[in-house]
Amino acid sequence: MKIIILGAGQVGTSMAEILSREDNDITLVDIDSEKLAGLQDRLDIRTVHGAGSHPSVLEQAGGPDADLVLAVTNQDEVNMASCQIAHSLFHTPKKIARIRSGEYLSHPEIFVDDAIPIDVIISPEHIVTQHIRNLIQYPNALQVVSFAKDRIQLVGVRANQGSPLIGRQLKALREDLPDIDSRVAAIYRQNRAILPRGDTVIESGDEVFFLAARQHIHSVMSELCRVERPGRRIMLTGAGNIGLRLASALEQSNYTVKIIERDAKRAKQVSGQLDRSVVLHGDGADEELMNQENIDTVDVFCSLTNDDEANILSAMLAKRLGAHRTMALVNRSAYVDLLENSLVDIAISPRVATVGTILTHVRKGDMVAVHSLRRGAAEAIEVIAHGDPESSKVVGRSIEDIQFPEGTMVGAILRGDEVIIAHGSTVIEPEDHVILFVIDKSRLREVEQLFQVAVTFI
Amino acid sequence: MFSPAVLRILGVLLTMFSTTLIPPFMIAWMGRDSGTAAFGLAFLGTITAGAALWFSCRNQKRELRVRDGFLIVVLFWVVLAVFGTAPFLLSPFPELDLVDALFESMSGLTTTGATVLSGLDQLPPSILYYRQQLQWLGGMGIIVLAVAVMPMLGIGGMQLYRAETPGPMKDSKLTPRITETAKALWYIYLGLTVTCALAYWLGGMSIFDAVGHAFSTVAIGGFSTHDQSLGFYDSPAILIIAIAFMLISAVNFALHFTVFKTRSIKAYLADTEVRVFLGFVLVVSAISVLTLMASETYASVTDTLVHGIFQVVSIGTTTGFTTSGFHWWPSFLPIMLIIMSAVGGCAGSTSGGMKVIRLVLLYKQGKREISQLIHPSALITVKLGDKPVPDHVINAVWGFFALYILSYVGLSIAVTATGVELVTAFSAVTACLNNLGPGLGQVAENYASLGSASKLVLTAAMLLGRLEIFTLLVLLTPAFWRS
Repeated sequence: MKIIILGAGQVGTSMAEILSREDNDITLVDIDSEKLAGLQDRLDIRTVHGAGSHPSVLEQAGGPDADLVLAVTNQDEVNMASCQIAHSLFHTPKKIARIRSGEYLSHPEIFVDDAIPIDVIISPEHIVTQHIRNLIQYPNALQVVSFAKDRIQLVGVRANQGSPLIGRQLKALREDLPDIDSRVAAIYRQNRAILPRGDTVIESGDEVFFLAARQHIHSVMSELCRVERPGRRIMLTGAGNIGLRLASALEQSNYTVKIIERDAKRAKQVSGQLDRSVVLHGDGADEELMNQENIDTVDVFCSLTNDDEANILSAMLAKRLGAHRTMALVNRSAYVDLLENSLVDIAISPRVATVGTILTHVRKGDMVAVHSLRRGAAEAIEVIAHGDPESSKVVGRSIEDIQFPEGTMVGAILRGDEVIIAHGSTVIEPEDHVILFVIDKSRLREVEQLFQVAVTFI
Repeated sequence: MFSPAVLRILGVLLTMFSTTLIPPFMIAWMGRDSGTAAFGLAFLGTITAGAALWFSCRNQKRELRVRDGFLIVVLFWVVLAVFGTAPFLLSPFPELDLVDALFESMSGLTTTGATVLSGLDQLPPSILYYRQQLQWLGGMGIIVLAVAVMPMLGIGGMQLYRAETPGPMKDSKLTPRITETAKALWYIYLGLTVTCALAYWLGGMSIFDAVGHAFSTVAIGGFSTHDQSLGFYDSPAILIIAIAFMLISAVNFALHFTVFKTRSIKAYLADTEVRVFLGFVLVVSAISVLTLMASETYASVTDTLVHGIFQVVSIGTTTGFTTSGFHWWPSFLPIMLIIMSAVGGCAGSTSGGMKVIRLVLLYKQGKREISQLIHPSALITVKLGDKPVPDHVINAVWGFFALYILSYVGLSIAVTATGVELVTAFSAVTACLNNLGPGLGQVAENYASLGSASKLVLTAAMLLGRLEIFTLLVLLTPAFWRS
């Protein structure tokens, strides 16, 4: 696929990195030529220096042949203009743009072909907010992603000592919870993936990913670890876009929210936009302020400023002062690996969260959702099986008969409105949404091919 | 520093190169000439060495770093030149010692075209073909070929590509992926070669000669299958074909690509480098033709025109084909031509020399300095076409120029020190460093009369010129080897 990425920021760079390793022709456009030079050394991509919305730059970047334009510069207006121009000049088939401002987002009717032609709008703030909300809701989860319009969730938890399933085989899960259907998709033991089977024994410290219907998540989780009640007292630092969105979402669900903002002006502005949350003006790493605001009773502490180091330090400080669970927003992937499970409970990478959403639209086959897991090493996808037994390699076959590449696990199926947890004998029907867990991302291409309908199918 | 990952790639490359010994082997075998055994053995030896290296390091797959790129490229050129000597040494004809064989092999690969052989017309066809093929492989760059055909070089490919491609701006890719870029370059190269061979054939050459000369013309090499080079045919048509293809091959291949894609020759006309290059060739041709006419060197006007222009283009593009030799031309012409070869063709082409674009940039930079003296507070940007040239590019060009002059002086003194007289020494170094071929004095016809020491220095000069100095000199700095 020929893809033009506009903007070599966090998201643009990660997308270039991931997509260029997957056999795509990537052209990256940015106004900072030094940034581009560094990337060209590292990645097999072409770079073009210039403003992404200028027709001559788009042309130079291969606009006429491009299959996809991904506008992720840091300005909404540039992103919109670029998509408009790519559409008018080159009829680019697919245009994805990042739009941050809520002003634009609240009017989806402007993003149509005869106004501003953008096929998919991504809003990283929204995605990250959703991500953090899920994590707050399930206090033990390392990662929570949703499929099938939120009906099915995939949750990663760390199995810990004293929970019912430790030292027992996986099939015991079924004996303990006879009425609940769930499926363990993967187990990571000391960072190595194990394909789960009925006789796999769960050890303490294992990272277990399982799929279940949303209402059953708590019950399954309680088998794997001591489930804590979701904390109601939340403290946030950084009232930027993410902080504000999260705070307003949380206060609506009856959480007690305190939010610390360093900039007095911004703090004032935010306090006007929030109803019940307490907006505090001060430094996110101010011990005094934290103590005054009873940091030791806080259930979840989230540092969400745009400064990685500040986030890490304030989360560490909060942990030492007694916050129950800490999360930090961390952009640099090197830091994420360094931190998790030691200094900070969960490092949230906006990059990984956003990239998954974009991947949904880049992948072949009819993808509904793609989620990057374990910092991009594995992926969980929701894909629609089209065709009939003649034209498709999956439709009309039972799961155990389908030639899935190694390390691929079918977790669940959404048929109409019915959630079916997959078993070997489950037969896939046309238009089923199949939810798969792919441990080894390099095999993803084979999975895509499996779900592509033969050419004769119209 | 010789990490297993580097050795593994070296093994892969060597294995790939060994297959290029099959065509000359087939020619030897079908013509039953004396080279059969030599090519057979050389093929087996090279493939065994390559495969052994590859196999022993097969699990070493780490991403190539910038430093590895330099090391692999230089190592590979050296190793290839060494393995390339095998057919010369193993074949009963010609009788060459190791130094001569190395000189010939390096001269072929670097598209210099300087030879130690004489009596070419009596040599087995397989050896003649092999020499032409060496030039062809080296022309576009053997590493670029490897990147094109081996996707396994993928990401690290860019590091290799940059260390080999000529010109001051190496970051421009024709297509997003390096493999595709390398492929595009080789398709253009192959297309030009086939067209050139057809033209030569229609011009009256035998198929064997047409292919062989097409190889060395498009590669801007200068090897021929005859002692008299292109003068052998005594045909103006062939000389005109050669002029055309030498000029085309000396133009940046990226421009050929653009022209091919947009199907309009606007790209050529808009390019400063091409315009300066053609203008330069035109002016020097005019000077030469007029001087030749004044001195009545050739009998007819047509001869003067054809031979005059042919020789200027041949030297100016650093090909080094000769008709009847230019070393006996009157007055200042020989020395002017040999100095002209230092300019060379365009960046990103198969030609040698310093490349026109660098001189254009040097000139513009000089002009800027003068303007700056007149308007001390002016901000003056050096532009190429209508685009500003980044300062780091200009600095790199200055650095290149300084090192070029330094290498030139150093090598000339070294060759003189081996007991060669001055004109021969300086012209031989010019001819080798610029990948030209023929020099003046003792080396006007061939390099056989030089001693082994001189030949080794000149062999190094050829490699230095082909890899554009930096790539080779990087390896000679202590900092490179410090971890």
